[in-house]
Amino acid sequence: MSEPKIDGFELKPGFKGMASDTASDQTMFKGVHWGKAMMWIFLLSDTFVFSCFLISYMKGRGSTPVEWPNPSEVFALEAFGVPVPLLLIALMTFVLITSSGTMAIAVKYGYEKNRKMCGWLLLATALGGLTFVGMQAYEWSKLIHEGVRPWENPFGAAQFGSFFFMITGFHGFHVSIGVIFLFIYTYKVFAGHYEKGKKGWFTKLKGDYVEIEILGLYWHFVDLVWVFIFAFFYLW
Amino acid sequence: MENTNNIEKTNKKEEASTHKIGIYLWIWTLLFVLSFFSYMVDWYQFQGMLRWSLILFFMFLKAGLIMAFFMHLFWERYALVNVLLWPMTAIACFIFLMAAEFQYTLFSRLFYFVVGGGA
Repeated sequence: MSEPKIDGFELKPGFKGMASDTASDQTMFKGVHWGKAMMWIFLLSDTFVFSCFLISYMKGRGSTPVEWPNPSEVFALEAFGVPVPLLLIALMTFVLITSSGTMAIAVKYGYEKNRKMCGWLLLATALGGLTFVGMQAYEWSKLIHEGVRPWENPFGAAQFGSFFFMITGFHGFHVSIGVIFLFIYTYKVFAGHYEKGKKGWFTKLKGDYVEIEILGLYWHFVDLVWVFIFAFFYLW
Repeated sequence: MENTNNIEKTNKKEEASTHKIGIYLWIWTLLFVLSFFSYMVDWYQFQGMLRWSLILFFMFLKAGLIMAFFMHLFWERYALVNVLLWPMTAIACFIFLMAAEFQYTLFSRLFYFVVGGGA
């Protein structure tokens, strides 16, 4: 996204550029808004948090001699009287990818200063996220109704419940926070805060459509984490 | 005067340099198709190495597409990309360590369930 130009400084491409950017005795991430760099560093630390959850899940599942519950039976859903494996999870995946796509295009229209399109796409993203959280609430209540608890469940190894509630719960919490911010930014875009030059978050500097890209980074990260949860928890 | 002209020119250029909508629609479609394929892995109940390698293949492909294009890493300078991606090797090491650990835990559990703790 960034092709910065800095007077008196040659921006080389590739690894040579990395060496000269890092050794330039000034800002290292050329052309990257400070908020964007901060968001990336937050996402890096969040990656470590989710990795620790998934690794502890691997350790727990691998070290128990009791048989692990079969996820494609546990998460099956009845559709027209026939149990379909992982139906709800597949729908949740498609909803989240859809909202990720609308977010990416909202960022593009934001940079083109197309206020209306950016706002409508942000609203669509927020509604997609809300649908996801709703489906997850349904999934949780269904499993709790069937007797799944963090310490026991009727399907197999007792550790299943604690890993399930911890990992999907933490992810769902991220989605919920994202939905709240998506609604706030939908309002900000429709109200024309970036055209009026209202100040941004945690700063006295004027806001800009780059904030939409920063929000987009967070939202795509939530989708990214779901890719890993879907693969390791639901499919494995 | 010349300076302000330059600034105006670069501003205009920045506005024009957003990516075409087609690339986002393409990635979006690809993500749908890949998710559908990874769901099919479960649908057809592939087992063993085939299942695990297919799951990992689709997972890394999807993660790569999201990071490269939706999160714009493909267009970022290497200074940022490398700061973000190298720490992942630490996670890989951690996975390796814990994989060795769970095998040992499983072994000792099975062993003492058979032999008995007091022996």
